[in-house]
Amino acid sequence: MAQNIFSDELNAYLAEWKDKPGNLIMILHRVQEEFGYVSREAADEVSRQLGIPLATIWGVLTFYHFFKLNKPGKYNIQVCLGTACYLKGGDIIIEELGKELGLGVGGLTEDGKFSLEAVRCVGCCGLAPVMTISGEVFGKVAKNQISGILDKFA
Amino acid sequence: MGFKNYILVCGGTGCESSRSDQIYHALIDEAQNQGVADQVQVIKTGCFGFCEQGPIVKILPEDSFYVQVKPEDAKELIAEHVVKGREVTRLLYNKAPRKAYEEVEDIKFYQKQKRIVLRNCGSIDPENIDEYIAAGGYKALEKVLFEMTPDDVINELKVAGLRGRGGAGFPTWMKWNFTKVAEGDEKFVVCNADEGDPGAYMDRSTLEGDPHSVLEAMTICGRTIGAQHGYIYIRAEYPLAIHRLEVAMKQAREYGLLGKDILGSGFDYDIEIRLGAGAFVCGEETALLQSIEGHRGMPQPRPPFPANKGLWGKPTVINNVETWANIPQIIDNGGEWFASIGTEDSHGTKVFALTGKICNSGLVEVPMGTTLREIVYDIGGGIAHGKKFKAVQTGGPSGGVITEENLDTPIDFGGLQRIGSMMGSGGMIVMDEDDCIVDVAKFYLNFTVDESCGKCAPCRIGGKSLCNILEKITQGKGEEKDIEQIHQIAKAMQIGSLCALGQTAPNPVLSSLRYFPHEYEAHIQDKKCPSGKCKKLISYEINTSKCIGCTACARKCPVGAISGEVKKPHKINGNVCIKCGVCKETCKFGAIEIH
Repeated sequence: MAQNIFSDELNAYLAEWKDKPGNLIMILHRVQEEFGYVSREAADEVSRQLGIPLATIWGVLTFYHFFKLNKPGKYNIQVCLGTACYLKGGDIIIEELGKELGLGVGGLTEDGKFSLEAVRCVGCCGLAPVMTISGEVFGKVAKNQISGILDKFA
Repeated sequence: MGFKNYILVCGGTGCESSRSDQIYHALIDEAQNQGVADQVQVIKTGCFGFCEQGPIVKILPEDSFYVQVKPEDAKELIAEHVVKGREVTRLLYNKAPRKAYEEVEDIKFYQKQKRIVLRNCGSIDPENIDEYIAAGGYKALEKVLFEMTPDDVINELKVAGLRGRGGAGFPTWMKWNFTKVAEGDEKFVVCNADEGDPGAYMDRSTLEGDPHSVLEAMTICGRTIGAQHGYIYIRAEYPLAIHRLEVAMKQAREYGLLGKDILGSGFDYDIEIRLGAGAFVCGEETALLQSIEGHRGMPQPRPPFPANKGLWGKPTVINNVETWANIPQIIDNGGEWFASIGTEDSHGTKVFALTGKICNSGLVEVPMGTTLREIVYDIGGGIAHGKKFKAVQTGGPSGGVITEENLDTPIDFGGLQRIGSMMGSGGMIVMDEDDCIVDVAKFYLNFTVDESCGKCAPCRIGGKSLCNILEKITQGKGEEKDIEQIHQIAKAMQIGSLCALGQTAPNPVLSSLRYFPHEYEAHIQDKKCPSGKCKKLISYEINTSKCIGCTACARKCPVGAISGEVKKPHKINGNVCIKCGVCKETCKFGAIEIH
């Protein structure tokens, strides 16, 4: 049997939720919180502990955008493409970030430092266009500010 | 014990992103440093709504409304306003001494608003249950537990005429009544906080600013229909709202307002949070229930409706956050009070997230029947940067555009439907002349294609086909027959899709075709994009009468497409140009034009 790769806290969380109905999504959230994504090994472990087939777990993971199957960069960049941000040039921000980092949406830089994601509405439409880097929000972003923002994470 | 001043700092997501948390702590530190800590109370509140001007700080009792405050301003605010009793004029909205704005309500942004749902947002600390109670909170629950029968409650909602605020506008009392009379050994109450409409954040702000109002309403519902468990299904993307809900639930339990034997009434009821995981379709009620049960969020055929067979097959009431937030007020003030607000067709108020190309972006709550013109021009302050108004999109990816000619339509459920849009959950996106209507329609369709669960063919295949046609049109490859084909596919989707996502997905295209047929024609026949957004259909040219030959553009052009002699008008080689727009940004003389 594979080694249990979960922390004690995560195992305790699984034990607590194991018998609650409709627990799978809550547990996967908790797994992602620990690792930043849900790896095949982690999904295996959830399957083993809950007795839910891996296919079911994989079905859920791939259905929801929030769950990531690949390890994100040290700094995960999210560019909002909600309607307000789109109208105010969110796509231009993505393009510019792509150029700066040599990345496409969903990509990861070679050094594993930055990953780039397009997301739907972070709910700060008054600040459009918005991007976040590892949770820090940058509002009213202009194209020419981007390299400066990235430098802060150098 | 009173304080000399109360300082309210906006703790909504928009303002928190602009460091309002640091402002909050800086104000507390400064009050300490300047020896007035015992005279002021600094409170972090929910969203004030005026997000464009954030971060917002309001100081009572003077009612001073400070905008775009920075953490560095804390020292001055405490030294001047609190210690010396002088307002910091430079931070006031409109930068004028207070005479001009005696009351916050006099600010044009707030004048035409009426706050029922957002009544506590921006005035109480959402993480302190005492403040909610002091503002009249949990009075309604007490009334329901000790003075009203379940039928009284349902009747009050019927008199109020409250309709669901999630989009469809179904009468709330009917939903509750169906569930109440449905047979079942167990029943459930669900709050739909899966606010998926891109460009809308009403529910998030309500939960962040006044979480107890939703908890109270869900408990009232539980008592009325005979349920003992409630679930709040909320987007995982809303960590602040989740945190405030958790705090609120913990406090409510400590006060005996949730849990066993609530207020000694013998009624047991508790609420759990379940996280969404980024699927727009989960806003659809049957899909949402699937997701709470831990499955993929695939919609189910209705009937049976959730009122009869909902969560785990048991009778279930599902209402949206805004609907819930209205309910304690209705019980408190009576259904007739609520019915007196709004129009004949729709009672009460509606919260909108006013965003896009508007001067005052923010969260607004207006009585039903307010016109779009009042919202865009009086509250919103008109179009930003002096541009021309083009359209407003309501109802998000399920709605449609509203143009100049319909700006005076009173906003209510029926009114918006008649002009080809819909109320939706409250996203209101303003577009100006620079926005291409075909491109926006494509944006929404891309969204619904992405978010389609893929279960039924009309939505899965139809949506993608529509998207392909629009892509073709924006690439300059549109043909005459495309319009006819759009109508055919749209019809099939409307009739054949299982859930509202597929049925309403063609709406943005259909409504923009209805109001902007000439713009589609320009793309298809003339191969031109009138607003200059579709790159394949535009060309950059230099206006020789304006160009002074400074060579700035030629030096910046990444592909060397611009040539010419110094001090003589330059030229762009269209075959080389990649239409990146750098030249237009660089030119100080406005000589570069898009054709």
